Amino acid sequence: MTSIRFVFSDIAVMLGRSLKHVFRSMDTIITVTVMPVAIMLMFVYVFGGAIQTGTDNYVNYLLPGILLIAIASGTSYASYRLFTDLQSGIFERFNSMPIARSSVLWGHVLSSLVSNAVSVAIIVGIALVMGFRPTGGVLEWLIAAGILALFTLALTWMAMIAALAAKTADGAAAFSYPIIFLPFVSSAFVPTDTMPFAVQVFAENQPTTPLVESLRNALTGQPLGAEVGIALLWWTGILVVSYALAALVHRRRI
Amino acid sequence: MSTAARAVPAAIELSGLRKSFKDVVALRGVDLVVEAGSVFALLGDNGAGKTTLIRILATLLAADGGTACVNGYDVATQGAAVRQSINMTGQFTAVDDVLTGRENMVMMARLRHLANPRQMADDLLDRFGLAEAAKRKAGTYSGGMRRRLDIAMSLVGAPQLVFLDEPTTGLDPQGRLEVWNTIRELAGSGTTVFLTTQYLEEAEQLADRIAILHKGSIVVEGTLAELKAMMPPVKKEYVEKQPTLEEVYLAIVKQKEVE
Repeated sequence: MTSIRFVFSDIAVMLGRSLKHVFRSMDTIITVTVMPVAIMLMFVYVFGGAIQTGTDNYVNYLLPGILLIAIASGTSYASYRLFTDLQSGIFERFNSMPIARSSVLWGHVLSSLVSNAVSVAIIVGIALVMGFRPTGGVLEWLIAAGILALFTLALTWMAMIAALAAKTADGAAAFSYPIIFLPFVSSAFVPTDTMPFAVQVFAENQPTTPLVESLRNALTGQPLGAEVGIALLWWTGILVVSYALAALVHRRRI
Repeated sequence: MSTAARAVPAAIELSGLRKSFKDVVALRGVDLVVEAGSVFALLGDNGAGKTTLIRILATLLAADGGTACVNGYDVATQGAAVRQSINMTGQFTAVDDVLTGRENMVMMARLRHLANPRQMADDLLDRFGLAEAAKRKAGTYSGGMRRRLDIAMSLVGAPQLVFLDEPTTGLDPQGRLEVWNTIRELAGSGTTVFLTTQYLEEAEQLADRIAILHKGSIVVEGTLAELKAMMPPVKKEYVEKQPTLEEVYLAIVKQKEVE
């Protein structure tokens, strides 16, 4: 009944709608950037002098972790927006129409990519003012953008599960809190060697660490190494599982 | 029922439809036929099963047993065809408050893959007296306007059958009259309207046929005249007709608007 062309057309309509929601509430983008920027200012100008990272440019060192925190908090708005749709009855209206039902979720997921790209661009701009000096070429920037997009997609599909399962708006956003804190227990802000053994084992093997390392290597023109492969494995795996679960919960819901 | 009328499939045909939620029985074997092109009102208290019935017919919920056909398509096996031929306005106004009235309409037209979404949007907005407010966000509309936009959105693509679940609940008297006029106009254009309501007057005003759903079963079904005939013979009494409070309210409000 629904041909492939109609599926893409439905997704485009839903994306357009969701983007209007994003750009008519610019305050959400500002909210998403304020906290990571505050953390960045604090670490660079308060703690930074005392932190030994082995590099002379601490902004270069910590920016990847800051970006991950921003994206993690940004995707919680995708969850909030889908939750609002579920509450308002417009979700049921869409589901009673001759459209690809998954397009409702895709609209939110793709607009989350756009809104997070805007937040990332703002934060990178501020970092440049604070002394961020990237040395990677075009290819390295594309790799960094790809890694961030993969992370955003994986978290946004997680956000869709949270929204479909939540009872309250706060509950819908709560999934992001642990992920916001994950980069703190990684090599994002300080090298892991000074951490107690158990913490160190966790920090070196949790999924945001290879992400931070790959981003840092890409942006500063270092060899990418095995870290990129590990990051891709982790986050492609998380993306596939999140997407499958979201599709399952979505089907149950209607 | 004549064979000529049967050539067109009934808008709705239910047979032994059942649905339970855990141990609560919502529908206990509903049989019902709604002819195409009519306005049908389903009356019932809160919890009678009205919304459950509409949700099953709009393919949002699966029945436990029995059959349900909408415009000749089985809701259980031909969901996509059912959705193509209907539109639903749920109990809670389902408009996008962040979008303008026009953007809401254009979105509906695009989702129905119509050739000229903007033209279609403007025509319908005009027809429902929303042309002036078209560029305002739907979130700024009054209750009656939001409900009218909601119903206008249900008409995009000219579906054969429109479900209206308690279309006037929560509206002020002025808003209710606006919605009633909208429904009358809809019926005039040949669309089948299936509406649920708790207000008896609403059914009396709008419906060709009326059914009463009580505790999950249809207890009575017929035209208004048929339902009235079931009552004991009419007793004639002469009573001075006092205006109802509603009539007073509307008269005063209209007078103020003229001034």
